[in-house]
Amino acid sequence: MKILEKLKKSTQKIIGPVADTVSKYAKKVITPVVNLYKKLNKPTKKLIRTETVILALFAVVSVMESSGNLTSLMKGLLVPVCAYSLVAVGLNLCVGYLGELSLGHAGFMCVGAFTSALFSRTFQDVIPDVPRFIIALVLGTAVAALFGFLIAIPVLRLSGDYLAIVTLAFGEIIKNVINVLYVGKDSKGLHFSMKDQMSLNMDLDGMMLINGPQGITGTPRQSTFLIAVLLLMLALIVTHNFVHSRTGRAVMAIRDNQIAAETVGLPVTKYKLVAFTLSAAIAGVGGVLYAHNINSLTATTNNFGYNMSIMILVYVVLGGIGNFSGSVIAAVVLTMLPELLRGLSTYRMLIYSIVLIGLMLFNWAPGILKWREAHGLNATAIIGRFKKKEVQ
Amino acid sequence: MALLEVNNLGISFGGLRAVDEFNLKIEQGELYGLIGPNGAGKTTVFNMLTGIYKPTDGTIFLDGKDVTGKKTAEINKAGVARTFQNIRLFGDQSVLDNVKIGLHNSFEYGTATGIFRLPKFFSTEKKMDKKALELLSVFGLDTMANVLASNLPYGKQRELEIARALATNPKLLLLDEPAAGMNPNETRDLMNTIALIRKEFGVTILLIEHDMKLVSGICEKLTVLNFGRVLAQGETSAVLNDPEVIKAYLGE
Repeated sequence: MKILEKLKKSTQKIIGPVADTVSKYAKKVITPVVNLYKKLNKPTKKLIRTETVILALFAVVSVMESSGNLTSLMKGLLVPVCAYSLVAVGLNLCVGYLGELSLGHAGFMCVGAFTSALFSRTFQDVIPDVPRFIIALVLGTAVAALFGFLIAIPVLRLSGDYLAIVTLAFGEIIKNVINVLYVGKDSKGLHFSMKDQMSLNMDLDGMMLINGPQGITGTPRQSTFLIAVLLLMLALIVTHNFVHSRTGRAVMAIRDNQIAAETVGLPVTKYKLVAFTLSAAIAGVGGVLYAHNINSLTATTNNFGYNMSIMILVYVVLGGIGNFSGSVIAAVVLTMLPELLRGLSTYRMLIYSIVLIGLMLFNWAPGILKWREAHGLNATAIIGRFKKKEVQ
Repeated sequence: MALLEVNNLGISFGGLRAVDEFNLKIEQGELYGLIGPNGAGKTTVFNMLTGIYKPTDGTIFLDGKDVTGKKTAEINKAGVARTFQNIRLFGDQSVLDNVKIGLHNSFEYGTATGIFRLPKFFSTEKKMDKKALELLSVFGLDTMANVLASNLPYGKQRELEIARALATNPKLLLLDEPAAGMNPNETRDLMNTIALIRKEFGVTILLIEHDMKLVSGICEKLTVLNFGRVLAQGETSAVLNDPEVIKAYLGE
């Protein structure tokens, strides 16, 4: 007993001062940061929390990757997960804030992907890597935004189901057009055809850029996990700033009550266009990331067709309409889940769909919402519990 | 020149003539009442004045400018703001944001300024907050600035709608049944508020109302509508004693 007490005292002597100085300095650094954080309004706090979580996850995954603890399957999913998250964030802007249901966001992703990949492939030997990727990124985003703008002009005259159907058709048309598009490059310049490879009439030194259903092959694989995460974080900041600005307020006002919005003098069509274009642009960024992560880019139903559009809508609905961080969480979980369940082979899709139904019920069913409220399992209550701990 | 001059306004929905040969002249600074039985076409007149419906015939002049058939947003910019009989607030946004949306055209910065949070964003938002709180304090709503609009009690929602309309800096304010659903105390408060905003904002007011206490208490002139046509028009006391009006609307 005596020995134990002595040991305790001596350790306290050594550790005590060290701990004191550490906590002193920690307080000096942390207290102002905490105070600054406390002053912010609720949505900004949420944005900072989300960004911190993404950074932390990025750090963990990077460490796992460098120490070889990540299966190649998971490694392959890192960039696509970010790409899907980006498209989901873009769609959430459209569904949650503009209040219009779009089923064609995979189409905008497709436009971004093919534009940027075509650019990167064409100038592969002409422009150095870094500036080429930056230009490809800007170009892919801009063309997706342009398509969003052009589609929005006729489409936003419609609403509800009609808008959903027209955007769905747009996605399919884009996919089908790319499947019959042949583009080649030789010493004379670029050649286009919508028939077949032969009708391009290229010289012998010619190189295929887009080869119909086989798409674009040999795109430089430049989207790294770091770039993908940075772009995702940037998109979250952009959407947050947009929503909490003069324009964002106007967009939400139009969603809440269009007639009232008009009577206070808001140009409804203009702001609908702005929001839809931004939404398409963000989906385009996702497309650029996606295209620069794979060797052969093709437009199939599974990656750019209605399947994908609906998948992305599932991310948005499950993550919570109007909740950008929720979209990211849903995209990550639902992309990883089928891969994690691969070991269960036959029952994989069964479990996946059961999880989907379960999540949906947990998120939206009125009975469960009541139960969660009663047992303190909703978001505000959980955050509230953490706050109490901080005070103590 | 009159602030609002409406000549031979009429609208048909298919075979139904909802409003016919409607004439109205409101001078600057007046408080004008529009009354009549249910279904007489009062709200339809409001909807035509604000461009929600396009009139089939007639003209509307605001301050000498022809605004007939213009878009709702343009008419608002020309100086007409309104409230609705069935309250139309931006329910998912805070009380403060509702008023800030009303201030949208008075304070400008672009979408890019908002996204990149340039210095102009912060300075303009600060000015908007200040102005919005000023407006809210007229109605005693400044203490509830961060409450969701849909969570406000009914009477306060009506007041917030008036505050939002005033935020657009109108020359003419149209109030569609501002006292609907209010108890006598709330109605008395509302009468005081209307008198106050008229004095403080120098705004001309046209209101639809069924509460005759309120109408006879504050309106200087009245127009009575019945079956889409003007039944009587003029000074409040004269109109309310008109035997036709008593027969059709007030009851003998």
